[in-house]
Amino acid sequence: MSRYAVRRAVELLVVFLGVTLVIYLMVFALPGDPIRSLGGDRPLPDNVVAELRSRYHLDEPVLQQYARYLGGLVTGDLGTNFSGQSVAGRMESRWPVTITLALTAWGIEVVLGVLLGLFAGLRHGRTGDRFVLAGTILATSIPVFVVAVTAQLVLGVRLGWFPVAGTGDGWPTSYLLPAAVIAVFGLASVTRLMRGSVVDTLQSDFVRTLRAKGLRQRQVVGVHVLRNSAIPVLTFLAIDLGYLLGGTVVVEGVFNLPGVGQLLFQAIRAHEGPTVVGVSTALIIIFLLTNLVVDLLSSVLDPRIRHE
Amino acid sequence: MSDTLTATAVTEVAADAPAARRGVWRTLRRRPLFWLCVGVLGVLLLVAVAPSWFAGWFGQPDPRACDLADSALRPGGAHVFGTDVQGCDVYANVIYGTRASLTVGVLATAVALLVALVVGTAAGFYGGLADRLIARLTDVFLGFPFLLGAVVVLTSIGTRSAVTVALVLALFSWPTMARLVRGSVRAVRDAPYVEAAKAMGLRDRRIVARYVLPNSIGPVLAVATTMVGGVIVSESTLTFLGLGLRAPSISWGLQLSSAQTYFQTSPHMLLFPSIFLTVTVLAMITLGDVLRDVLDPKGRG
Repeated sequence: MSRYAVRRAVELLVVFLGVTLVIYLMVFALPGDPIRSLGGDRPLPDNVVAELRSRYHLDEPVLQQYARYLGGLVTGDLGTNFSGQSVAGRMESRWPVTITLALTAWGIEVVLGVLLGLFAGLRHGRTGDRFVLAGTILATSIPVFVVAVTAQLVLGVRLGWFPVAGTGDGWPTSYLLPAAVIAVFGLASVTRLMRGSVVDTLQSDFVRTLRAKGLRQRQVVGVHVLRNSAIPVLTFLAIDLGYLLGGTVVVEGVFNLPGVGQLLFQAIRAHEGPTVVGVSTALIIIFLLTNLVVDLLSSVLDPRIRHE
Repeated sequence: MSDTLTATAVTEVAADAPAARRGVWRTLRRRPLFWLCVGVLGVLLLVAVAPSWFAGWFGQPDPRACDLADSALRPGGAHVFGTDVQGCDVYANVIYGTRASLTVGVLATAVALLVALVVGTAAGFYGGLADRLIARLTDVFLGFPFLLGAVVVLTSIGTRSAVTVALVLALFSWPTMARLVRGSVRAVRDAPYVEAAKAMGLRDRRIVARYVLPNSIGPVLAVATTMVGGVIVSESTLTFLGLGLRAPSISWGLQLSSAQTYFQTSPHMLLFPSIFLTVTVLAMITLGDVLRDVLDPKGRG
């Protein structure tokens, strides 16, 4: 176990360096001179340009600048925006909203996805299965913001079942509808994955043995099939966090939830580059760390994963 | 008589790969769903190529002929799909928007597929150091959560067109396909016919083009078809965030993102572009699913 954990951690480190390098090169090494554009129409005097360059370390070689940026990341420094506020500081008070939203969405996704997948898998090839499959395809074909504004109008404004926007009513009331909207997309994948996994498990030898021993369908499905089919789903949930984080940006924007996603949403619209990059970097790091944790968890549940 | 039989048998064996492809085609041909998707996509392709012909059907052929006096009209009369807040005909805009959305979807997928084929084949066929390097590289790009990578890159790029948006989306979608190609290439790398080709002293390039790729390209083509749909959805989401195409371009994503502000009073502005987008994406994903089903020997029974 510990050897596997070390190997995964080393792999994560490599990916972390790669991802941050890509971000760094994309953002900071693109054509265009941020210092000269500060001056706008009137060009800045050369000595001012030189002074600003050395203040922001832009006169150093690229790799040295990257190392400086990396050092900042490790100590939690995500840069400052144009008005000099620290990006990490602006995110701080917003984390609880985003974490609550993502976990609620995750919960909805797991419970509904596993149930729907199990249902479809047990009815493999029949009408119920086809309906569920068609539903999952439909769900992935509609952009998340279209679902969000439609849900907001129909369920929030017209029917009044849910609050229209904001977090005024606390958890769960304010979070249910936005979380459900985000969950729709991951739900489709979880359902399909679970369905396939259930179909495979039902055909396996051990299920036949259980049946031959005279176990009832309820015991076979409820205990053995469910548990064995859920492992691929668990692994998928880590990848799915990526979709969740992307979804929170849109959904927090539409439902006006004061989370990290909304900060990113507003920063994109206000063309606040440093905030966009800082917040995205933080979300990407969280994504990588969650992937590591879930990998380790699933290797505990299924030792075969460790020996691949 | 027996001579002709032997001759046919020999030709059939010699033409083994095409025969397999004919088998796939024969199965595909019998699926109504396949023809439905092809039909829908064929019409959309025509719309994308010659929008002017379709736009004129209801008497408002010009998407940019807008009259503020006609702002936010409900569907009906001269404007079948109504007008948007600027008084532009929604139908003409939906028709003209088809090209941008399809271009982004197809271009991004084509670029990603090309990269995936080259990189994935190199990793799968040669293995060793190339394989390990490429594995780390795909790890890095898969380390970006959905859309966030594109958000970072697009924020830093000043000018944005259908081509730049497509390239950025391709940058973050080739790794999944590259892994798939690597897997299927590895599966046929040691097949007897590949060994025979090696023993005959053929060049690597010829072995890959003639024997390895035709036998391992199926799964990735199915995924690529599905991906076109995914890219179209992503483009509209990026546009909604303010990172995709910009006016005066015409695209479904742009229509949708300007429509959502007025959604409460004029739902039709959002409804019609949504329907077009969803039907397109549905057709793409379903076509990909059908292809995968047919290409997967397990599914064919």
